[in-house]
Amino acid sequence: MMRSIQRSGQWAALCAVALLLAACGEGAWNDPYPHSEATQNIYYSSFALRPKHLDPARSYSSNEIVFTGQIYEPPLQYHYLKRPYALVPLTASAVPEPWFEDADGKRLPADAPEAQIAHSVYEIHIRPGIRYQPHPAFAQDAEGRPLYAQLSDAQLEKIDTLGDFRETGSRELVAADYVYQIKRLAHPRLHSPIYGLMAEYIVGLRDYAETLNAALDAQDGGHLDLTRYDLSGVELVDRYTYRIRIKGLYPQFIYWLAMPFFAPVPPEVDAFYAQPGLQAKNITLDWYPVGTGPFMLTINNPNRQMVMVRNPNFHGETYPDEGEPGDREAGLLADAGRPMPFIDKAVYSLEKEGIPAWNKFLQGYYDASGIGSDSFDQAVQISGQGEATLTDEMRAKGIQLVTGVATSIYYMGFNMTDPVVGGDSERARKLRRAISIAIDYEEFISIFQNGRGIPAQGPLPPGIFGYVEGKDGINPYVYDWVDGKPKRKPISEAKRLLAEAGYPDGRDAQTGKPLLIHLDTTGGGPDDKARMDWLRKQFARIDLQLVIRATDYNRFQEKMRKGTAQLFQWGWNADYPDPENFFFLLYGPNAKVGKNGENAANYANPEFDRLFQRMKNLPNGPERLAVINQMVDIVRRDAPWVWGMNPKQFSLFHGWYHNVKPNFMANNTLKYRRIDPELRAQLRAEWNRPVVWPLALIALALVIGLLPAALMYRRKLHARGITPDPRGGNP
Amino acid sequence: MLAYIVRRSLYAIPILIGVNLLTFWLFFVVNSPDDMARMQLGMKHVTPEAIERWKADHGYDKPLLYNAEAGGAGKFTDTIFFDKSVSLFVFDFGTADDGRDIGYDIRQRMWPSLMLAIPVFLIGLLVNITFALLMAFFRATYVDYMGVVLCVILMSISALFYIIGGQYLISKLMHLVPISGYDGGLSAFKFLILPVVIGIISGIGAGSRWYRTIFLEEVNKDYVRTARAKGLPERVVLFRHVLKNAMIPILTGVVVTIPMLFMGSLITESFFGIPGLGSYTIDAIRAQDFGIVRAMVFLGSVLYILGLLLTDLSYTLVDPRVRLS
Repeated sequence: MMRSIQRSGQWAALCAVALLLAACGEGAWNDPYPHSEATQNIYYSSFALRPKHLDPARSYSSNEIVFTGQIYEPPLQYHYLKRPYALVPLTASAVPEPWFEDADGKRLPADAPEAQIAHSVYEIHIRPGIRYQPHPAFAQDAEGRPLYAQLSDAQLEKIDTLGDFRETGSRELVAADYVYQIKRLAHPRLHSPIYGLMAEYIVGLRDYAETLNAALDAQDGGHLDLTRYDLSGVELVDRYTYRIRIKGLYPQFIYWLAMPFFAPVPPEVDAFYAQPGLQAKNITLDWYPVGTGPFMLTINNPNRQMVMVRNPNFHGETYPDEGEPGDREAGLLADAGRPMPFIDKAVYSLEKEGIPAWNKFLQGYYDASGIGSDSFDQAVQISGQGEATLTDEMRAKGIQLVTGVATSIYYMGFNMTDPVVGGDSERARKLRRAISIAIDYEEFISIFQNGRGIPAQGPLPPGIFGYVEGKDGINPYVYDWVDGKPKRKPISEAKRLLAEAGYPDGRDAQTGKPLLIHLDTTGGGPDDKARMDWLRKQFARIDLQLVIRATDYNRFQEKMRKGTAQLFQWGWNADYPDPENFFFLLYGPNAKVGKNGENAANYANPEFDRLFQRMKNLPNGPERLAVINQMVDIVRRDAPWVWGMNPKQFSLFHGWYHNVKPNFMANNTLKYRRIDPELRAQLRAEWNRPVVWPLALIALALVIGLLPAALMYRRKLHARGITPDPRGGNP
Repeated sequence: MLAYIVRRSLYAIPILIGVNLLTFWLFFVVNSPDDMARMQLGMKHVTPEAIERWKADHGYDKPLLYNAEAGGAGKFTDTIFFDKSVSLFVFDFGTADDGRDIGYDIRQRMWPSLMLAIPVFLIGLLVNITFALLMAFFRATYVDYMGVVLCVILMSISALFYIIGGQYLISKLMHLVPISGYDGGLSAFKFLILPVVIGIISGIGAGSRWYRTIFLEEVNKDYVRTARAKGLPERVVLFRHVLKNAMIPILTGVVVTIPMLFMGSLITESFFGIPGLGSYTIDAIRAQDFGIVRAMVFLGSVLYILGLLLTDLSYTLVDPRVRLS
């Protein structure tokens, strides 16, 4: 028996070695990709969270737009290099200029008074000759009829993924596809996240949703052919032209035309995916997008890997030949005028944990990486002047660091309906300002963000029109300008304000009771403890007691909706680069309580609201800047938020990865990126030579460990007068 | 035996209803249908109408357990609980909140989980039993003492440390296998070898000590003494007699886990990027996706009941004295 076990063990070990050798093949043993891909023009990246929606009517998350941005093409896009952010045509022939109509539909001059403007009309011309990626929904038989419009059970049996369809086809992009997609935003079953917002602006969209609802009820489910129902606010002019009619003035609408929500969806694709047999196999538009962009999704297994390959029908686009000053010196214009995309294939692998992802980046198996707090010190060092530079280890590998302040803000909001911290009284204002001074965000950024952020001076982050740098841009209620930089006001100033607010030494002057401030938060775990302790310490500096009310996410949201929170932490990422997208977070009619808006602080100031109405319709220029400055002054004075910080994004790239420039608005940036696969293969081989001697050491240690046992075994047998049988059987 | 199996299967029905009810209650104590809708619709620009529409479309616009407005049996059947529970009993798991077919996803994701779990289970069992027998063979000698100390050390180390340490040593420093990832076919081997080895090593401590205790209990019994008195060598006594008689306690702990191998391992799969079922439930809880949560809890309960039944049946195979009635 012993012998048979030994034999089995030997065979198992042999098989294991054979399998390992077969699986590893040539090249580095730890290469997670097939060896044949080593020198191919492939971009490797990872994702931590699986995308939920890839349907352009539904997708809104940043982890989804990584894919949809490369596949779908809305009419407009952001210039990759120019700053401030500028819109340029993508499939459109030009960036549309709206014209205005009065209530009777009569066209008004461009400078017509706002009160007269009933509608703004955007007419968009699509360039002819753009074609969709190959897809079975376009496949036709000899008579020109769709091949897969009505799949039989026999056909469905052989299909598990989209790749199982033998035939594919394509067709030209037409304006009707854009019209169809706008109609889809109102589809009751799609639950588009922007339907509510767009129904406020696009003429007839709300009625259209009701029409579709009634139609769905009437036909008792199934596919709803939207081409049978007209949407009054969207008009097909000709094969390549369509118009969108917006209620009143909404200049920010133009930015929405650069998002996948307004990308084209061909009706036949929608009908194809609506077939029940395909839905049961999870073959839906939400899973397999269809577009005209530079890439198409060929593998969608978000539990493991998502793969995009170059769209063979891509209409072609060249790398921009102009940028902002410094781009040429940075090598960002080296590819000017060259056809894009540069990459043939993009492979995204699921990496739920940061440590393996980071180590694979260091081994060269990912081309780019963010920096987690665990690995920050390994990657970046902060100089005495506060400048972030790469460590020697990173520099030795040829890694590059790119930083940029995101168009985002993380703030701490006061609930303005709260009787203690809220309201328009001078007392409450002084209390809020005292707290604003006391919370040292410079320290927060240094301790908890590894220096990745800048203290916010108001609601607008850098990169947004109206943001002012330097002395003129500081918040005078919290900072002084000292030695050429902002300096937080001393704690004595905060204590003075607190005393004036009626809370000397942190106690209510009338009752003598200590003032308790309640922070509602979703964080309650061990990871958040240090932050919460730090916050308590900040409040203690002005003798206030901070009570943390940690709760789960749902209860927190409920408190915010009901207005029962007192102090809360919140954040906002820009949808588009316009100050309106930040000021509307403080616009009275957008209050969270009662109106379910995005104004989480429930701030309401009639003067601010009046200026907001004016500012949002003005073009960027001195007049708008003056209004913005007034608005910023008002909210700085009222202090409904502790302005918090604007996060700074740090990204690392290997030396073989080119044309990297942070662009927080564009989501179709993969086409600009270029890779040197030869250099990558060479460095990967250099960095990943197998080290086998420790295995021999381990084996030796095992033998040494087992030797005494074997000797003891023999001694034991001899002691009992039994001679070991060489065949392993009974003596 | 057939009657026994049928009876046990019938017992499972009230248990499954109870588990389902408990899952339902626990889930909806924390999440309301409105919360679920908000989670699915995103944080920006969500209107109350959109929430109501989402609930209606996904069947969450009814009362949870009791519909006072309905008549007759409808008071209980026209509820979220009834709608979402009945189909489970025919293993129709329905769709997730993002529209994907849950049954399809489970079928896809269980294979990578099994690819990892089966070798860890089988090889781990073999290694643990062998090591335990070795300790029993050398009982009360330095080999046994060292073995126990080693087991205690191995037991004291967190599973996460094994994973991170293993990845650091084997993949990062020695460059022998990929740190994480997965592939189909033969290529899967290079991705699985490290998690399998780590899974086996991390289980040696607890497993071997448990089996050692069982074996030591057996080696002091009369039949062992008789075998030794007959002059049988110690290894024959251990492998042929002790191992066989220790099977019942071993099976009690082992067979029940076999069906659960389908459910995967959360931490190992997460760290090694293996697309199994391990994180399916946790991801669903985070996403407040009740469809997946109830399906996975139900499946877990069914598999556990199946494991217990298999354990009972296996007793009859290793001990002819056991009769199921």
